[in-house]
Amino acid sequence: MKISTLFYTLWQGIKNLFRNKLFTLASIATISSCLFLFGIFYAVLANFQNIIKTAEEGVCVVVFFDEGISEDRIGEIGEMIKKRGEVSAINFVSADEAWESFKEEYLGEYSEGFLENPLADSANYEIYLNDVSMQNSLVTFLESVDGVREVKRSEMTAMTLDGVNKLIGYVSLGIILLLFFVSVFLISNTVTIGIQVRKEEITIMKYIGATDFFTRAPFVIEGILIGLIGSSIPLGVIYFLYNRAIGFVTDSFSVLSQLLNFLTIEEIFKVLLPLSLAIGVGIGFFGSFSTVRKHLRV
Amino acid sequence: MPRRKKRYMEDDEVIVFDHVSKMYKENSNYALDDVSIRIKKGEFVFVVGESGSGKSTLTKLLLRELIPTKGNIYVLNYDLKRLRHRKVPKYRRNIGVVFQDFRLLRDRNVYENVAFAQRIIQVSGREIRRNVPRVLATVNLAGKYKAKPNNLSGGEQQRVAIARALVNRPSILLADEPTGNLDPKTSLEIMHLFEEINNAGTTVIMVTHDKNIVNAMSKRVITLNRGVVVSDEENGVYIDED
Repeated sequence: MKISTLFYTLWQGIKNLFRNKLFTLASIATISSCLFLFGIFYAVLANFQNIIKTAEEGVCVVVFFDEGISEDRIGEIGEMIKKRGEVSAINFVSADEAWESFKEEYLGEYSEGFLENPLADSANYEIYLNDVSMQNSLVTFLESVDGVREVKRSEMTAMTLDGVNKLIGYVSLGIILLLFFVSVFLISNTVTIGIQVRKEEITIMKYIGATDFFTRAPFVIEGILIGLIGSSIPLGVIYFLYNRAIGFVTDSFSVLSQLLNFLTIEEIFKVLLPLSLAIGVGIGFFGSFSTVRKHLRV
Repeated sequence: MPRRKKRYMEDDEVIVFDHVSKMYKENSNYALDDVSIRIKKGEFVFVVGESGSGKSTLTKLLLRELIPTKGNIYVLNYDLKRLRHRKVPKYRRNIGVVFQDFRLLRDRNVYENVAFAQRIIQVSGREIRRNVPRVLATVNLAGKYKAKPNNLSGGEQQRVAIARALVNRPSILLADEPTGNLDPKTSLEIMHLFEEINNAGTTVIMVTHDKNIVNAMSKRVITLNRGVVVSDEENGVYIDED
């Protein structure tokens, strides 16, 4: 293809946006609305998952050792635990540290009556998990380790978090798929109507001797541009709305702000930006490509 | 390269319909039935007939919009039955087409409508700037190159369509009812334009049912009736079935 033809095609694609202003506006509005809903839903979902993840990170399994166990054996057990795939972090708490923590938390000044450490056999490992659903397999392993007296776990919390996590996963997958199909349907309908108006132009081009590529290219460029603009608008709106919304929630419900850890807009955009642009441009490209194709057999 | 079918065409022939039949749906009537036509380079041929006679089918076959059910069509050494889809654009660039409803791009001016045909075949910008004013002058529209189609009369719009058909210097000019939307005076002017184009060496095939035009021009007339060629005469006249 000649350079001049390439520029001509690009220029025609841009001009097409203005030739059919109503169609352009309708297409951009459709894509923007769908992707705005998608973006809002994604932001809410990502924050939910972050909250669950933060809660999961606090769930730990505590391992206590047999009386009189050697420090070397405790070290060996620690190495074995670190190698497990379920483990994200491991923290050794000595008997003295356990007593200090207990005193601080429950006894305060009343602890002065104790001359010896009543928790002498309470040295333990606090084990944090990559995923709470892996707790059972880790506990089974730990209970079989020689030198381990007791394994304490929070089964209820783990099950609840795991359940919520799965529920959010299924619901979000369902809503994302639904939104995606609705978007594709609405956008392809809009593109189809737009192309119908241009059928005459496509027919003339084909009669004069335009190749399929030459006929299709300006429409595809137009579709890509519409997709790009249509996905950029909701991204911009979400960018400005998100911080205000989070600010409003934390200001109005100060209790929540201490419990919940919201993601920053930058963290949200790491996924949402490329995803929205890809969906917008992809729908614009494939929508125009396939619709023009139907009219090329002239 | 398109397959050469020299043995089916004489050197001076540009179009050959060789026992061509076209049926749209299986077991329906033939829209064209065993049509054989040979057209020489530089000829001016009218194809006439009433509605449903097969004129439109013949036009679509010539433009390779349709493929014959039986028989073969050879145009400028292209075998249209075997021509692949991707080769069709190159074939069509040899044929200038003019329609009854002009089929101009309404959002572009006269110059852009004509230049459009050149851009499609990737002619350089410099050549386009040279060729478009020349062809607009040929159809007497040099002064209206900035006008949009909606601001032109029917006759002027048809002149733009003719300019667009001519700008790529086609060997054949195919006109489908070019005077159908024009008044008698304008129709005659357009016909004189076609005659001038023909005198310059371009083969002109004109599909029409305008009796007055056909009889006034005294050219070769091929008459179709229910898909069959009922007459093919030099200096012919429109046979009025009524």
